[in-house]
Amino acid sequence: MPETRVVTKRLRDHPEDSWSIERYLATGGYDMLRKALAMTPESIQDEQVKASGLRGRGGAGFGTGQKWSFLPKGVYPRYLAVNADEGEPSTFKDHMLVERDPHQLIEGIVISAFSVECHLAFVYVRGEFALGYERLSQAIGEAYERRYLGKDILGSGFDLDLILHRGAGSYIAGDETGLLSSLEGERAMPRIKPPFPAVQGLFAKPTVVNNVETLSTVPHIIDRGGDWYASLGVGRSTGTRIFSVSGHVERPANYEVELGTPFRELIEGLAGGVRGGRGMKFFIPGGASSPWLMPEHLDEPTDMDHVQNDLKSMLGSGAIMVFDEDTDPLLVAWRLLKFFAHESCGKCTPCREGSGWLEKILYRMSHGLGRPEDLDLMLDFGDNIVPGLNAPFAQTTICALGPSTMSPIVSLDRWFRDEIAARMEADSRKRIPVAAAGGGGR
Amino acid sequence: MAFTAENLGRAREIVARYPVTKSATLPLLHLAQDQDGWVSPEAMEEIAGILELTPAQVLGVCSFYSMFKREPVGQLVVTVCTNVSCLVNGGPELLRALEDRHLDDEDVHVEEVECIAACDLAPVMQVNYDYHGPVDAEAAETIIDEYKAGVRPARTISGTRVDAGATR
Repeated sequence: MPETRVVTKRLRDHPEDSWSIERYLATGGYDMLRKALAMTPESIQDEQVKASGLRGRGGAGFGTGQKWSFLPKGVYPRYLAVNADEGEPSTFKDHMLVERDPHQLIEGIVISAFSVECHLAFVYVRGEFALGYERLSQAIGEAYERRYLGKDILGSGFDLDLILHRGAGSYIAGDETGLLSSLEGERAMPRIKPPFPAVQGLFAKPTVVNNVETLSTVPHIIDRGGDWYASLGVGRSTGTRIFSVSGHVERPANYEVELGTPFRELIEGLAGGVRGGRGMKFFIPGGASSPWLMPEHLDEPTDMDHVQNDLKSMLGSGAIMVFDEDTDPLLVAWRLLKFFAHESCGKCTPCREGSGWLEKILYRMSHGLGRPEDLDLMLDFGDNIVPGLNAPFAQTTICALGPSTMSPIVSLDRWFRDEIAARMEADSRKRIPVAAAGGGGR
Repeated sequence: MAFTAENLGRAREIVARYPVTKSATLPLLHLAQDQDGWVSPEAMEEIAGILELTPAQVLGVCSFYSMFKREPVGQLVVTVCTNVSCLVNGGPELLRALEDRHLDDEDVHVEEVECIAACDLAPVMQVNYDYHGPVDAEAAETIIDEYKAGVRPARTISGTRVDAGATR
């Protein structure tokens, strides 16, 4: 099955210069802005974006139009903060969109800002995206010159300024409220909700935070209509989505498909299957934070609700990681926990302490020093991070990083319990007991 | 080191963009790092002065973000990803090889980095925030040598293109 290219069409058709203003204009660029400015803000929100069923592409999957509608009536100024701080391990779609189609993002930003009546927007771009920053910076300059940004945009009377803001290396700055803290010049520590950003966000003003892919989709919804977009996909997972497929596959890349497309189409069809014709051990369906799935799930549809409710995982950021039959699941789990422990901002105790201890235990388990009780030990104290350990995860922390630390552990328990038990047993038998070595309480 | 007159002007321009001046903290730290190759205590004090913060507040923010180097690290920062997609594609081996080779190299600073959103290029590294991948140790070494010899133009260690200061 081929891809359904909407957001990625230009960059795939014109890989040589998809980011240039000339190419953008030659392929219908900024026509949708003209069309949107002739509509009312309310009709864009209700008849287009809400009708499209578009849900946030950053990870949480919240309805975009609904998010916009939470802005309190009559409270100004309002801000739009664009989340280009893509950091969820194995997700690389926003990186591509920012580098290779920056004008599409800017057009989406202007239309969205017009719809939510905001006059100052920020793009928080990940610090490591040096070229992405450069391309966006140039594109913003070009947009100002041609009056797609600034005062009285295209003679409509609508004003919008856009500030490009560089991050400096922090995963948690990609959390909605962590991003706002960082944009305010603080450590990127998430904030407790409520108040939600829509009510009290950046500088304590009503703020919409949207992901790059989400906003890059908006011009296409204006172009072909919310109903058209809603006709793509399956159930409440409307439209297309960019899946970043990587790991042990023949052709790791971003693939844009209609939501609902089975995992098998993505992994075996588009990405060419497991490298060297080998078997698959497991795959992670939606970024590091999502619980793992098994080869038996390959024919399941990429339907956000189905993956969450029935498979007890999530589509998250759309990053699919594939691991071949020789992969050590404990090593993967350890590396993910090393990541979470490094990126925990330290604000909430269950996450700060929990991620560190999980990482230490997984290190010994994956390096021949594990103990038979280790998996149960992690599940026992992990219950203080995610009470009940049932998906969707409950949380004892301000943001989702805390509960995400338990995804690999719950997955190990769900799919590899017996394998791990046998290995821990064997590993401990290999070691010389303390007493036999002449040590211990004598 | 203090901001040059030119960069001080640039700093004032950056501050003026934001509704609240404190928002300029990260951009000014990047500017200082672009100028000096690291963020010195003096730079943090100067930034604090510009933003009407205390030096401790600026240090508190600076130390949270991994791109800011609070001691000199040389001309080239080589970051190697070892997160899961790179883990299973040779990232850790690449990191170890480069770390060993540049242990005493004053010009090249090698460090591990968390997923840099280029898993299609695994194993991937960045040299002053330009991507290179997939690379093995040998290919990586050739690329690093080309940067050292100036054959490839390197960005600053904050990832800014050297001829593009004004777009910051």
